[in-house]
Amino acid sequence: MLNPQLNKNGELIHLLTLEGLPKDILLRILDIAAPFTEVAEREVKKLPLLRGKSVFNLFFENSTRTRTTFEIAAKRLSADVINLNVSTSSTAKGETLLDTVDNLVAMQADMFVVRHASSGAPYLIAQHLRNTGREDIHVVNAGDGRHAHPTQGLLDMYTIRHFKKDFTKLRVAVVGDVLHSRVARSEIAALTTLGVPEVRVIAPKTLLPTDVERMGVRVFHDMREGLRDVDVVMMLRLQNERMQGALLPSSQEYFKVWGLTPEKLALAKPDAIVMHPGPMNRGVEIDSAVADGSNAVILPQVTFGIAVRMAVMSMLAGA
Amino acid sequence: MKLHIANGRLVDPAHKVDAQRDVFIEDDKIVALGQTPAGFTADRTIDAAGLVVCPGLVDLSARLREPGFEYRATLESEMQAAMAGGITSLACPPDTDPVLDEPGLVEMLCYRARNLNCAHVYPVGALTFGLKGERITEMAELVEAGCVAFGQANEAVLNTQVLMRAMQYAATFGFRVWMQPMDPYLSRGNAHDGEVAARLGLTGIPVEAETIALHRQLTLARSTGVKLHITRLSSAAGLELIRRARAEGLDVTCDVAAHHLHLCDVDIGFFNPLHHVVPPLRSQRDREALREGLARGDIDAVCSDHTPVDDDEKQAPFAEAAAGATGLELLLPLALKWGGEMKLPLLDTLARVTSDAARIMGITKAGHLGVGARADVCVFDPETYRRVSRDTLKSQGKNTPFLGIELPGVVRHTLVEGRVMYEGR
Repeated sequence: MLNPQLNKNGELIHLLTLEGLPKDILLRILDIAAPFTEVAEREVKKLPLLRGKSVFNLFFENSTRTRTTFEIAAKRLSADVINLNVSTSSTAKGETLLDTVDNLVAMQADMFVVRHASSGAPYLIAQHLRNTGREDIHVVNAGDGRHAHPTQGLLDMYTIRHFKKDFTKLRVAVVGDVLHSRVARSEIAALTTLGVPEVRVIAPKTLLPTDVERMGVRVFHDMREGLRDVDVVMMLRLQNERMQGALLPSSQEYFKVWGLTPEKLALAKPDAIVMHPGPMNRGVEIDSAVADGSNAVILPQVTFGIAVRMAVMSMLAGA
Repeated sequence: MKLHIANGRLVDPAHKVDAQRDVFIEDDKIVALGQTPAGFTADRTIDAAGLVVCPGLVDLSARLREPGFEYRATLESEMQAAMAGGITSLACPPDTDPVLDEPGLVEMLCYRARNLNCAHVYPVGALTFGLKGERITEMAELVEAGCVAFGQANEAVLNTQVLMRAMQYAATFGFRVWMQPMDPYLSRGNAHDGEVAARLGLTGIPVEAETIALHRQLTLARSTGVKLHITRLSSAAGLELIRRARAEGLDVTCDVAAHHLHLCDVDIGFFNPLHHVVPPLRSQRDREALREGLARGDIDAVCSDHTPVDDDEKQAPFAEAAAGATGLELLLPLALKWGGEMKLPLLDTLARVTSDAARIMGITKAGHLGVGARADVCVFDPETYRRVSRDTLKSQGKNTPFLGIELPGVVRHTLVEGRVMYEGR
């Protein structure tokens, strides 16, 4: 099956998922991102790489943080950025997703940054662009349903490499609501591709997808066992708004059993780093003492996120 | 009108006939097989050399979308599709708008269908008013109006007491009840709950959605004595429950949708919405079990589960895309492909789409080609392969996961009551 995010020469034309992406492409994005971190420290925080290009932030699902970081990244590359918050209710009124896309194509878009509540929505757009002969327009997945959040996964890899250097000697734990998390899926795909020898997930059974082991992870339900001797702790947001039915009895019980406290973190390696994609629910999945503690690298993640998104956009525009 | 179908290979599963035999038709009946009857002068002779002559196909589930969903398909468009698929009798589920729960509606549908002079339409009436699962319908009246069975399409009966009483009431008259085994709570998803759904971030529907519903339906069938038919089986575990129920003597039949014989969840690929169907495509192991179960006869029949959907509804992210696949024109090719791959005699393959399906529907007029039978005939070329494409599909719905795939079997002539209603090349 043709991988829709690569062209015939194996070059990245869209960024839809990290799953199945070759290791050298992942590493190249991280390498390209490195010098971009310095741009932020300059007096003039701009590069001309995307000058004259129009980047449409097409957000079908509310998000402030991701949209803002994409906007900053595009602007630092000198692109024109247009933000569209297409509420799902307006599409319910008649205009289909592809109608919206066609209209924006007619406005000479060069790149779409897409956030959608349904898994696979960016694929539909990428396939539509292919079918209509517009493969010169690039799609960046900014989060689709539970499926993928590739730029988040990449910025997490950037952060890990920054603090830990070598992926092949690490033990990494992903903690929390894996079932509903596109971030977790992208992280797991990237970690396994980059050669991390042990990726663990820690969660109650209700928050793990069926056959999660097939993704190449070790499953733990007990925080104390799962955190033992890990180098990296990747916390997930407990997505209350996605909760349906009887997945958890209460956030209090969740915090008691799976919340990351200094006492539980003490079981990890002393120099372990703690990451979180944000926004954090303090007192639900993470204790403030950990979130603000010396092991946390949550704010550097945000900074690196801009550089990584600049790298992705410039790479796609050059492809 | 006298018609002579000459030089064909007659395959009539009901009579276990697979032989070179001519068919002679006078008006709407088959008057002779083999030898030309005395005084018979054909008005038209169809040369069926190299072709198979079989009973017109009987499809256990085809949504014709009337009344209520004419933007998706009309009786006219779907009847043309049925003819092109060699299907001359079909059952349509009650999930129209309004629901088929009133005798007047059923009569109107049968009348409209009759006037088109194509496939014979056998409505499945709603088991409960509005398919809401609260109040049982006027089954006796609905049968008079033309219903052959009662069901809930893909809607559940939440209240077990209502389901039990509906089955008791149907059993009073010996009416058939057709149920989709789908627990409504566990079915709140859009793909088989397994590795593929986990990877793609699709909400999984576990196999237990089927087995739990089956336990409930089989238990009630046992106590009420109703003639139960299970529609669209999707899993190996579900099939095993049916097999065991039958082994202990329960009178239960079941069918499978043709696409479930050939596809599994891996085929969803990169979120292809054409693979969004109900029940979901399950694992490869489930698919193998269904294929073998149908070959062994544990599954009685295969149907198209024809569900035309318009393009706008399908061109949406996987979970939001309307579920279903168009199928009338693919039933014969998909059955032939399955039968060929399983190395079954053509007689057995065709039984699953003719005589076995007619038996489940409880109709004696269709699905066989004996002397005196209604002359519903399908003449097809079993050797030629044809690529499925949007342009060649007659159905208004172009939504099939088999687009671009070459499938065996090309229908050349479809006869309904002795009239040639379709001629293809």
